[in-house]
Amino acid sequence: MEEARLRREINAVVIGASAGGVQALSVLLPALPANSAAALFIVVHLPRDRPSLLAEIFARKCLLDVREAQDKEPVVPGTVYFAPSNYHLLLDEGPQLALSVDPLVHNSRPSIDVLFESAAEVYRNRLLGIILTGANEDGAEGLAAVHDSGGITVIQEPETAQSPQMVMSALRLRPPDHVLALDRIAALLSTLGTAGPMLQRP
Amino acid sequence: MSVGEAARGREFDIEFRLLIDAIYHMYHYDFRGYASASLRRRMKTAMERFGCPTLSQLQDRVVHEPQVFAALLDYLTVQVSEMFRDPTYFRALREHVVPLLRTYPSLKVWVAGCSAGEEAYSIAILLREERLLSRTLIYATDINPQVLSKAEAGIYDIDRIAGFTLNHRGSGAISSLSDYYIAAYGRAVFDKSLRDHIVFSDHSLATDSVFAEVQLVSCRNVLIYFNRELQNRALGLFHDSLCRQGFLGIGAKETLKFSTQAGGFDSLVHQEKIYQKRSEP
Repeated sequence: MEEARLRREINAVVIGASAGGVQALSVLLPALPANSAAALFIVVHLPRDRPSLLAEIFARKCLLDVREAQDKEPVVPGTVYFAPSNYHLLLDEGPQLALSVDPLVHNSRPSIDVLFESAAEVYRNRLLGIILTGANEDGAEGLAAVHDSGGITVIQEPETAQSPQMVMSALRLRPPDHVLALDRIAALLSTLGTAGPMLQRP
Repeated sequence: MSVGEAARGREFDIEFRLLIDAIYHMYHYDFRGYASASLRRRMKTAMERFGCPTLSQLQDRVVHEPQVFAALLDYLTVQVSEMFRDPTYFRALREHVVPLLRTYPSLKVWVAGCSAGEEAYSIAILLREERLLSRTLIYATDINPQVLSKAEAGIYDIDRIAGFTLNHRGSGAISSLSDYYIAAYGRAVFDKSLRDHIVFSDHSLATDSVFAEVQLVSCRNVLIYFNRELQNRALGLFHDSLCRQGFLGIGAKETLKFSTQAGGFDSLVHQEKIYQKRSEP
């Protein structure tokens, strides 16, 4: 019974990354199985004055459908959504995607906190939150919100992060469920198949 | 998830709905059709700002202190925009819409959700460059009276002008932005002759109706704050306001795809989200 309480299905994964994020995602996203039933939402900090090419770049490296998020788009399981440049990405009831041009958070738009906090409200304990390499403090509060809503939290090992500041901020604010090197996070994501995933919260 | 967390989430949901209803009954501002994720986030920011640990406490102040509501309205509505935001949108207006606008003896343009006026002044400047402003009236509408008076003043911090200027150049400008403002005391005051062609007015896409026939509606990054129902209502208003084959511009990441009104418009410049009202069969 205890076991059943700790193991649950994950419907969604949120990932936040900044400096070094594209390289880190190049390790993680190809590991996603083609039969993944979870949807993934990703914020990477990039310059705000030009379009993001992330969806195009990763479409070629992933077994899953990869898209740039559109406002009001219904969430399709097994899809990877990237936040567009200069918009916050949020999850709304439905679940569906929502965008906003609200003020910058931690000097960033899209902001990881905004994505994670809204996803935590929609997916509650069926959410996995991952903070990767980055050189600012965005994401720490968002990951804490994922944790407080019963979701599972993962932080990249600071020693393996190209810029450790973001993961350190997240670590300080709320101890995560797992601190893992990139290859271990990739292994975790590879269990997101339709039969799984059975992630444990220690 | 702890029982406490779940309860807090449920409490917030209930308090949120009650506050939205209270605002509607008390002040006749209708946020019931706003997209909930952004509005909830804005409410949380306002709770911190007003030092209210719960939405019920914020509601108490909003109901009993009209000045608190006025301040809250800023948190719930204000978008920070830029002049000539997304320069390629304005370039597309110039290349694909202006030539057709020239064929009208007089023009009306509706900037819906104009906030502090950046978009309205941008369109006025573009139309002056294209020698169309003298025969144009621009309706710039918003629900927030405080931003409307800011918009009417046409005064912006001088440190925003460098960004505006870069955007303006990217829009295919045929004049210099500095032709249109006077810099003084850290602020840029925009030319009154632009404002003479703009009517700033209180209008709600949630509760008001069509007020004029226009050739162009520009409503960018406003619909993302509405739920689908309200979005459909707003797009219906735009459709009814537009003249035959009139033009609609929406935000770069907005789409008509998920709207019941999609059939009323044809895509004109796909990349820039410029549409044209579909001719009646």
